[in-house]
Amino acid sequence: MIPAAIFLGALALILAVPVPILLARASWPARAPGVALLLWQAVALAGGMSMIGALVVLGLAPFGSDIGAASTGLWRAVSAREAIELSRAWPVIALGAALLLGAHLVLNLALTIVASERERRRHRAIVTLLSAPLEQRRDARVIEASVPAAYCLPPVGGLSVTVLTAGLVALLDERELGAVIAHERAHLHQRHHLVTTAFTAWKLSLPWLPIASRAQAAVAMLVEMLADDRARSVADDRTLARAIVLVASGDTGGAPSREIEAPSGHAPTGITARVTRLADPRLPRGASAAVILLAIGLLAVPTALLAAPLLA
Amino acid sequence: MPTLGELERSVMDVLWQDGVTLTAYELLDRLPGEGRKLAATTVLTVLSRLEKKGFVARERGSRPHGYRAQHSREEHMAELMHEVLGRADDRVAVLERFVGQVSAAEAQALRALLDSAQSGD
Repeated sequence: MIPAAIFLGALALILAVPVPILLARASWPARAPGVALLLWQAVALAGGMSMIGALVVLGLAPFGSDIGAASTGLWRAVSAREAIELSRAWPVIALGAALLLGAHLVLNLALTIVASERERRRHRAIVTLLSAPLEQRRDARVIEASVPAAYCLPPVGGLSVTVLTAGLVALLDERELGAVIAHERAHLHQRHHLVTTAFTAWKLSLPWLPIASRAQAAVAMLVEMLADDRARSVADDRTLARAIVLVASGDTGGAPSREIEAPSGHAPTGITARVTRLADPRLPRGASAAVILLAIGLLAVPTALLAAPLLA
Repeated sequence: MPTLGELERSVMDVLWQDGVTLTAYELLDRLPGEGRKLAATTVLTVLSRLEKKGFVARERGSRPHGYRAQHSREEHMAELMHEVLGRADDRVAVLERFVGQVSAAEAQALRALLDSAQSGD
């Protein structure tokens, strides 16, 4: 079992630091955002499983030769109230740490979901009071603000809504508005808030680990690119590019870019990346398939190590 | 028959108008057009919903009770805009945003990029 623990620990370390740093710096994700999103999710899940798994396997090691036997062994020892000798203190610590980490992750996820639901509900109520339907369209609402902005509210109590400011409506022409609305509806349709909320919670849990901090930033950007891709079905690239830039630059109060924490000097900030990628070709199918296989493989490894003995 | 949302909007519009405190009946009188045909109970239902959501405050001193807006329209708008634009850290993923603000320099560079692409081909 110790070799398994070491392997899982090493996997956890690799996925925690170097892999996310490299993935965040890579340029291919912009050419296949959906596939890249899948890979990020696999990295995060596999990383989390490996972290907790390594601790669990380490903790169970003295009690048996595989997870199943060890769990039974531990249970027997505890129920027979055998004193856990000092030499066995480290398994207790390891198991305790695994439990704490698991609880920490689950709690942060629950709290993030609850908090965002509550804020969304509140925001939704105010939008209902302050907005009017966008003329001639039933799929968006307008609020009387001069700052150009467009956003959508994922469903709370059933209904979702796309909101534009009057300032934005004045700034864009009909086709550009169509592109913006299509972009927002893509967020809603593909339920991006599920994945962004999960990664926000993940970052909240482990803010100093690249697997969580870089992941959240990368996922936020990939989700924008995915929505942009959907917008391309209703507007040509030039229209979309103009819409992206106009919305972003409408209010150039010198506020720094907020969309993505660009690692120092390397990657362009969000808006530039979103515009320039429109000219890039999509990732070839073979490469996309390879990434998907990699994601599946990544998840399979800790799953197999942890679950297989239990099933045998 | 207007929707509940439209009713809430009409009621708030009246209350926001002069920041006044009104009874349900006074409110009914001031609702535009079709609104005046509503039953008082409907208005009371709408008011209690708004009260529960925190938009309306009820003054229980006199009978019938007086209702007023908790915050002005501008305050609510500012709150909205702050949530849309103001979050420096994405602690809670509330909104999926299209907006991303850039520095003036970057905006200029992007516009130049678009213009050259336009004239290029």
